[in-house]
Amino acid sequence: MGMRKKHLQKRHLVELFMKTIMRVSFVIVAGALGLILWTIISRGLPALTWDMVTQVPKGGYYMGKEGGILNAIIGSAYLATGGTILAILLSLPIALYLKAYLGDSKWGGCVRLSLDVLWGIPSVVYGAFGFALMIVFGLRASLLAGIIVLALIELPIMTRAMDEVIRRMPEDLEHAALALGSTKFEVALRVVTRQMLPGIVTAVLLAFGRGIGDAASVLFTAGYTDRISTSLMRPTASLPLAVFFQLGSPYPEVQQRGYAAALILTIIVLAVSLGSRWLSARLNKYTVK
Amino acid sequence: MDAHIQVNNLNVYYGRQQALKDVNIEIPKKQITVIMGPSGCGKTTLLKTFNRFLELTDGAQITGEVLVDGENIYDREVDVTEVRKAVGLLAQRPSPLPMSIFDNIVYGMHIHRMKRDRREYKAAVKHYLEIAGLWDEVQKRLHDPATSLSIGQQQRLCLARGLAVEPEIILGDEPTSALDPISSQNIESRLLDLKQNYTTVIVTHTLRQARRLADYVIYMYLGEVIEAGPAKEVFTNPKHERTKQYLEGLF
Amino acid sequence: MSETYEILTIKSNEQAEGRFTRPSVAARTRQDRAARRAFFIITLLPVALIIIVAVALLIRAWPILSAYQLSDLLFSEVWKPGEGKFGFWPFILGTVWVTVVGVVLSVPACLLVSIYLAEYAHAATRTIAKPVLDLLAAIPPVVYGVWGLLAIVPFVDDVLAPLSDRWLGSISIFAVNQPTGFGILAGGIVLAVMIAPLIISVVYEVFSTVPNDLRHASLAVGATQWQTIRNIVLPQVMPGIIAAVVLGASRALGETIAVLMVVGNVPQIPTSIFDSAYPLPALIANNYGEMMSIPLYDAALLGAALVLLVVILIFNILSTMVLQRMLRRKWA
Repeated sequence: MGMRKKHLQKRHLVELFMKTIMRVSFVIVAGALGLILWTIISRGLPALTWDMVTQVPKGGYYMGKEGGILNAIIGSAYLATGGTILAILLSLPIALYLKAYLGDSKWGGCVRLSLDVLWGIPSVVYGAFGFALMIVFGLRASLLAGIIVLALIELPIMTRAMDEVIRRMPEDLEHAALALGSTKFEVALRVVTRQMLPGIVTAVLLAFGRGIGDAASVLFTAGYTDRISTSLMRPTASLPLAVFFQLGSPYPEVQQRGYAAALILTIIVLAVSLGSRWLSARLNKYTVK
Repeated sequence: MDAHIQVNNLNVYYGRQQALKDVNIEIPKKQITVIMGPSGCGKTTLLKTFNRFLELTDGAQITGEVLVDGENIYDREVDVTEVRKAVGLLAQRPSPLPMSIFDNIVYGMHIHRMKRDRREYKAAVKHYLEIAGLWDEVQKRLHDPATSLSIGQQQRLCLARGLAVEPEIILGDEPTSALDPISSQNIESRLLDLKQNYTTVIVTHTLRQARRLADYVIYMYLGEVIEAGPAKEVFTNPKHERTKQYLEGLF
Repeated sequence: MSETYEILTIKSNEQAEGRFTRPSVAARTRQDRAARRAFFIITLLPVALIIIVAVALLIRAWPILSAYQLSDLLFSEVWKPGEGKFGFWPFILGTVWVTVVGVVLSVPACLLVSIYLAEYAHAATRTIAKPVLDLLAAIPPVVYGVWGLLAIVPFVDDVLAPLSDRWLGSISIFAVNQPTGFGILAGGIVLAVMIAPLIISVVYEVFSTVPNDLRHASLAVGATQWQTIRNIVLPQVMPGIIAAVVLGASRALGETIAVLMVVGNVPQIPTSIFDSAYPLPALIANNYGEMMSIPLYDAALLGAALVLLVVILIFNILSTMVLQRMLRRKWA
């Protein structure tokens, strides 16, 4: 009955063509990741020394003399940790409220819409906003200001990610808990939080990764210093800015260290990303699917 | 027997789980063959091997042969779209394409460039809607969206759409299970009308429908074909103990 | 001895009871109501935050908005803050050029990849693709900037510019006027990679809202897979694809550090993709240090942030509304 291939039929050629360019595109996108990592590693690794991660900048560091960027590593850790904790305090209640009381209601949709819109606001605008507030209140660039702005940047990312996992919670589980006589608040707190732990951890780490890598916002609000910050009211260094400033230097040695700083930042961010993946895979074992 | 489809040593695995075990059957030409058996016995899996729809399931592996008119449809040289053109499928739930009634019928013919101009397409649409018994109901609203039809009408539309690409075999995967009794009866009588021109294979889990439609019966249990033969013989005098139990409604 | 023992047991019993006593129903309902109210106030935060950000920028930018006509600010070409001349036009054009180049480079490949992942790829390929996209999305902008500086700028300078000069030099948008490698094309390439994970994952999700029954109905009459996608799936998901592209564009509009590092930062009206440009975010970030020393400078820069915010808000609200509607259909 003639089901043999008619190789030259146009539609089969189109099919083959589309499939081929799709595969090529996929390789290009995956290749871009490989290329970025390769560039950062091959240029950053030769400049990476033990001093880089254990010393603060010493006199003449920015002209190629001794020192490291411990100030920036610790500063970034402070900034991102502080910002993430503040963001958790705000986003967990929002995500729980969205699930427990709003569901798919109109106001719920409105809150989600505004979260998505907040997510899309670029960090330079958050930075400028923070800067505007600081002028009003007569504040200087400080660790605290940086933490607050990072918390605002992380808030929508974290809340939406939590919201997605929380609202995919199996309905029966919630109903079972309600049937046992729990109020909605208790349901939200006990069942939702426990059941959704893996998703929540992933959301937190996702936001942390975003926070630690953000440069444009801390540029305005946290400033930069060569010392390890000891006070919330003082400026602090951060890794993204360490990369940015050192790359702008005319000294090749300093530029090299900028590459190494970029490598350190990349390693931290990828470790957080992979870590959250691993952690949620582990924790997922204990949840009802 | 004049076999239209011949299945040789067919095995299907979903991952590690075996869904069909060494199936060897023949399906007669221009008759209605009914595949029956309890749910989960592999009826639908077997049906889906006839138009190579099983390939759409992630992780399904197939070994063995399915010959249509003596040609193995799993041969590497065979074009899967030609197989599906020759072997039409009526799905469990009607799935009208998101376009007008008219365009639904034209869709397949257009894909295969089967007609030359709009006049020919118009004539073909009328022809196949008549065969499906839908023409009188929709002739005034051919350009309405297909989703505006009732479920029963949608299923007849899908029948017409399948017939429009001139298949030789019609597969039905519990084609009436989503329909009300009157629509079901309507589809059944269409299938009975069509059997003089088409080889028809229907999967059903209702025994009564099997009795109403079948010329030839395949009884399956846990992925194996337990018994196959002309409907009269199987229904009146089943050879196998399990078939007898099934027909008596024991499970 | 035995007495003490007795007391101890009683005490511990009391403690145990205390631990297991549950609050009365009334108390728990009260607790529920209080929680509801407290939670509600917190949900106002996201909505309020958008308004607060916009209003704060508006107030700080007010001095310049009241001193100049809006059309003068937006469409004037001269940027000399020292002389009181604040024309945003070169920066607006710079932003548009870089964004358009980034989107044009990114969208075709992103669409193909998401269609491939949604319609063709085996489960195994999908499990590879997910972490690849996640990692791409996780890389910080400044690292993209370093990559752009080390890999893309030399690539544009050594390979693309000479090629373009040779074959397309007569077309003005491909003309190589300032051969440095820094410029719109380098910025666009970096942006294209940066927005890819976002566009791909949104489009992929939009594709997965189309019920499989429709695909099967088309395949069952003998359509090829591409015919099925072209005729059945694509028309269904078109609004979602457009929304995803708009979302990607708005992400590109606001990208600061990565673009700033490779785009050249020359305030001029670009005419070719090899020209340098100076997008708005780069303007804001580059001059934050000196903006307090010149009158109206800070208001001008915060005004630039406001312009950026307004455009991005419009893009985001429109695309998000389309996507929310499409993606809800899947859950319904």
